[in-house]
Amino acid sequence: MMDLDEVDHNILRALMSDARMSSKALGEKLGLSQPATWRRIKRLKDAGVIKGRRLLLNREKLGLGVTVFLGIKLATKGRVSLEDFERAVSAIPEVLSVEHILGLYDYRLKVVARDIPDFERILRRRIMTLPGAGQVEANVLLSEERRRGPI
Amino acid sequence: MLDDVDRRILRQFQASPEASVAELAERCALTTASCWRRLEKLESSCVILGQEAIVDWQVLGFAVEVSLRVTLDKTQTTAFDEFINKARDVPEVLEIQTFLGRIDVRLSVIARDMAHYQDVYRTRILSLPHISDIEALMHVARIKSDEILPI
Repeated sequence: MMDLDEVDHNILRALMSDARMSSKALGEKLGLSQPATWRRIKRLKDAGVIKGRRLLLNREKLGLGVTVFLGIKLATKGRVSLEDFERAVSAIPEVLSVEHILGLYDYRLKVVARDIPDFERILRRRIMTLPGAGQVEANVLLSEERRRGPI
Repeated sequence: MLDDVDRRILRQFQASPEASVAELAERCALTTASCWRRLEKLESSCVILGQEAIVDWQVLGFAVEVSLRVTLDKTQTTAFDEFINKARDVPEVLEIQTFLGRIDVRLSVIARDMAHYQDVYRTRILSLPHISDIEALMHVARIKSDEILPI
């Protein structure tokens, strides 16, 4: 675990809202020299605190109007291999994320589709046919916001 | 509207958000100038919304991640807004999503360990307004998390 000071927190906060900011611009904003800022960013990356960046795209403008979260319970536990299920579900392009969870469901999937009929097609042809897929619960996403977290 | 070249650029850019315009142009078999012009246009038309750094909370010592699925008391017309506003004040809340379905809101909450989680849950989450039911799903593993859109 890595100990961060207030300056590191400020750097993380800034890069979480705009990862493209240069170390020069960031340094000016925080009152640090460009090399000092660069070293701190490098340290955060090397330690794995910053594990990459994500391009934020407008799903609607790309024709992906519907996002659905699916809770999936595996039908016959012990009989299906979790690896087989995970491999098959991860290979579906419309499935953006797969999480293994404990509780009411075994897996949580985030699925994008053009519209509701398109979602139904993905659900029937690709999700329900997965090895071991049992009960499925769908919740259609209305809004989503990411917070900056405890830093 | 987006054409095939735009889609090619977005596919490549999504796969490697750190790539420079020159690198991106090469992968898309475009000149740097035309790739740059297209990127400019994709940004000014808000197809590309920006880039965010991805922080690994586990590296920062937040080992526990819980998905809280909340049902609200919808007899209160202001329930959604009031709940979400208060949830924004809890630093450990990483994501706030609203849904059409069996559940109304989902909060993604992180904590250092189970004792910390219990403290956050009791003092910060249970005091949020208009909750009629909460269900907790414990996060075990992230199988796929790239959030790459099928373009």
